Amino acid sequence: MKLVINGQEETVELQEATVAELLRYKKVEMPEMVSVEYNGRFLRQAEHETVRVKDGDRIEFLYFMGGGMAG
Amino acid sequence: MNLTEEQIERYSRHILLKDVGGAGQEKLLQAKVLIIGTGGLGAPAALYLAAAGVGTIGLVDGDTVDLSNLQRQVIHFTADVNRLKVESAREKMEALNPDVRVVTYPERVNKDNIAAIIRDYDFIIDGTDNFPAKFLINDACVLSGKPFSHGGILRFDGQTMTYVPGSACYRCVFNAPPPKGAVPTCSEAGILGAVAGMLGTVQAAEALRYIIGKGRLLTNRLLIFNALDMEYRQVNIRRNPECPICGEHPTITELVEAEQPICDLRSRYHA
Repeated sequence: MKLVINGQEETVELQEATVAELLRYKKVEMPEMVSVEYNGRFLRQAEHETVRVKDGDRIEFLYFMGGGMAG
Repeated sequence: MNLTEEQIERYSRHILLKDVGGAGQEKLLQAKVLIIGTGGLGAPAALYLAAAGVGTIGLVDGDTVDLSNLQRQVIHFTADVNRLKVESAREKMEALNPDVRVVTYPERVNKDNIAAIIRDYDFIIDGTDNFPAKFLINDACVLSGKPFSHGGILRFDGQTMTYVPGSACYRCVFNAPPPKGAVPTCSEAGILGAVAGMLGTVQAAEALRYIIGKGRLLTNRLLIFNALDMEYRQVNIRRNPECPICGEHPTITELVEAEQPICDLRSRYHA
């Protein structure tokens, strides 16, 4: 299916996959640390296992970024 | 307030801008901006806000300058090593622009002092390096109805968003701080110095545009960039009805101690 992941359209070799499976497929490190926006809605962590992606979905993986002050 | 001839000359390149003009410059001179963290993000932000003639600039930082800071924290010089960062920064800002009054807070923000520190300011810039502080700043600003700019940097990456009352907050995107050690800091993973400058100046521009009231702020948008490939991306975000602080059923109604309750918050979120 075709998904728009982080703004880029891509074809993924998955069918009926959950968000958690997509995170594994995309080899996302520390998936529990990623905030997922699914078609404009932020998912709760538990929903990663239940929400299934489908053709045309828009998904953003957002990562924590600290930094700024200390040495 | 009337601009003096010297001010008209000093700020002439602002005044020439139709969206700033003399009226906008006067707003800047009367404005109060607080910068929390006088490091990689706070250093460029402080210099640009001082140069722009923001009348009162508060600096919060309990740290002293370390030699390893100088690669990116451009407001501090070699001779400043071991000095308080807020003192080092204040000196440069006052030398740059005598119109600016710099107020220093040589301390870290915590749940007991933050509300009183931010109270007098129109806009807050988060230039801190750690998640407990970032979430504390978000919570304090949401609860006090203060606009602020969030910024985060790591390696070659940066991201920033602006909150104004009513827009999506940092917790709408990132529900709770990551467990300690789960996400590396700049001191562990490194940071390209110029990336701090890129992000800190975006934050300064947000503060300036908020004050003059022109343009479209980075509200309900997360700006993400990668300076290794020099790619910029914007992610539209919106208020999260399940946000623990600004959602429909908030679970955070008072400031929580930054370091301690990370596990509590996470378990609440993941429950």
